[in-house]
Amino acid sequence: MRRNYGPIYVAPITFWLCAFLSVPLLITLSYSFMEKGLYGGVELHFSLAAYKSLLNTAVLKVLLNTIIIAVASTTIIVILALPTAYYIARSSKKNILLMLIIIPFWTNFLIRIYAWIAILGSNGLLNSFLLSTGLIDSHIQFLYNRYAIILVIIYTTIPFAIFPLYSTIEKFDFSLIEAAMDLGASKKRALWEVMIPNIRTGIITAVLFTFIPIFGNFAVPQLVGGTSSWMLGNLIVRELNITRNWPLASSISVVLTSVTMIGVLFFMRSQSKKEL
Amino acid sequence: MKSSQVTIENVSKNFGDFFALKNTSLTISKGGFYSLLGPSGCGKTTLLRIIGGFEMPTEGAVYFDGVNVLPLPPNKRHVNTIFQNYALFPHLTVFENVAFALRLKKIGEKEIKISVQENLELVRMETESKKYPRQLSGGQKQRIAIARALINQPQVLLLDEPLSALDAKLRQHMLLELDAIHDKVGITFIYVTHDQAEALSVSDQVCVLNKGEIQQIGTPSEIYESPANEFVARFIGETNYIRGKITAITDAEHAVFESPDYGNFTIYLDKPVQEGSEVAVTVRPEKIRIAPEKPEKLPPDVNVLSGVVEDMIYTGFQTKYFVRVSQNKEPLVVFRQHVQYFMDEKPITWKDKVSIWWNTKDSFMVEVNR
Ligand SMILES: Nc1ncnc2c1ncn2[C@@H]1O[C@H](COP(=O)(O)OP(=O)(O)OP(=O)(O)O)[C@@H](O)[C@H]1O
Ligand SMILES: [Mg+2]
Repeated sequence: MRRNYGPIYVAPITFWLCAFLSVPLLITLSYSFMEKGLYGGVELHFSLAAYKSLLNTAVLKVLLNTIIIAVASTTIIVILALPTAYYIARSSKKNILLMLIIIPFWTNFLIRIYAWIAILGSNGLLNSFLLSTGLIDSHIQFLYNRYAIILVIIYTTIPFAIFPLYSTIEKFDFSLIEAAMDLGASKKRALWEVMIPNIRTGIITAVLFTFIPIFGNFAVPQLVGGTSSWMLGNLIVRELNITRNWPLASSISVVLTSVTMIGVLFFMRSQSKKEL
Repeated sequence: MKSSQVTIENVSKNFGDFFALKNTSLTISKGGFYSLLGPSGCGKTTLLRIIGGFEMPTEGAVYFDGVNVLPLPPNKRHVNTIFQNYALFPHLTVFENVAFALRLKKIGEKEIKISVQENLELVRMETESKKYPRQLSGGQKQRIAIARALINQPQVLLLDEPLSALDAKLRQHMLLELDAIHDKVGITFIYVTHDQAEALSVSDQVCVLNKGEIQQIGTPSEIYESPANEFVARFIGETNYIRGKITAITDAEHAVFESPDYGNFTIYLDKPVQEGSEVAVTVRPEKIRIAPEKPEKLPPDVNVLSGVVEDMIYTGFQTKYFVRVSQNKEPLVVFRQHVQYFMDEKPITWKDKVSIWWNTKDSFMVEVNR
């Protein structure tokens, strides 16, 4: 008889996930139901105070803002990434084009955001350009609003959508497009009716790979957003480091994780239903 | 259904500096079953794609009933294609695959149902309508591809090696079914294949292609019995290809042929030649008879040679003999049908001395150089 080594193979990853994912999540969850300590930390008393203070309009506004930014950027990213991935998959210079997408990653994430500040800032490149052409006659502040956040998020996250889309389009059988055209469809119609449904797994992956990190993002709004366009991530950082209300920070984290999970599950369910 | 005549006029196609098709012209008559036959890479698919509108010829024109269709995209031509790999839509059920063309036209649900049902019945797949392509066998996929292509009521149906993915038995069966469907719908079929048996068995006309050039156009029996050149003779079936010279013209129909390899014999003059012409003739192996000894009574007008069996291949219904007639030359190939194998007086085997003979009318001149 052969021994089943399966459990041994997955032991390291099981340990890793328990130690660094499940345990921290459980700690966060339990902290959110405790009383806040005087100088940070928690008191070991059960309390719903953190969740009560979540129902404050300021917090709800941040939640709404987070959802708007995440949904808008994910949508725009997928709309932009689809034709890009299609073009790369159909090109004879795939490797070069893929390389061009990867190259910006060689630069530190923060530096790339600062580059945007240098471009969009009130003394930035864009302003000097517009001033020199005479299109505007005083400096405009492009930064520190929701649009700047969406723009920079799209820039930093779009490769995570391009790659999964590229790999499914690459595998797509383009003779199906010819078959659809043979049956009377225009090229556009053929792409829409035949290619899109057949690269659905790529689209799902692209949405998940972008929506999840965007929803929990805090660096981008911290650097290019104003206090009025804060996202949940910023709130967590503030409660953790400045206000030192750990239960509140934990409860926001719980909300953030739950909203993400519910959204993802809902999305995956609606997509897999179509398959049957 | 309405069918069209298809005319290809001086069509050439280059890919870079590679010639996939060279100055091809042919006419495919209304309602015919027309085969494009040739070895892999000879340009069959390219020609089909040009007719279907998926490829632009470098030169030339394509007419449907006298109208040039080159400016029309594929979706505007009254042609449908059965692709080499079927290209069924994996995300749609059998029903929706077949209904695809009708859905594009925004036809009412009721009419779609009736029409799809009819077409599925035509290919005997009405019970599988809820399945997805991945749940179908090769033969079933092929039938769905036919139903899907016919629902638009095309005037011409293009078939690109539709049976190549099937096993030999099923291929036979599907071929007969295709033929029956052709008879039923009455539209023009343009059938691409590299399998000569397929092309010969169902076509009205066969066009043999090689390296982008037409070699011969004719009925299956013309192609088989009187091949136009060495390529066709060797590509279609098996043959004995003999080169030699006309040494004397004996009468209006016969001449003496001298082959450096196999000696002198009489050939039938199916083409005009002169004394001294260099010619090549083919004799099909099944036209040659074989026996251990030369029979005492032979009909007139036969050529008799003697030789030694060098090799034999038994294939059940017949045996293929390789008979060496002269030293250092290719042996002649002879088929012997086993009508009554165990009652054969004396089975012929390896190393036996044999006599072989054929009627002079069974050889055909292929090349004539004056
Ligand atoms: N898009 C293309 N670019 C370059 N060469 C091509 C292209 N399409 C076809 N060819 C070449 O043209 C020739 C004819 O191709 P085609 O597909 O018509 O062959 P075929 O007769 O259908 O062969 P098969 O029986 O293998 O399907 C081949 O040598 C092929 O390499
Ligand atoms: Mg082909």
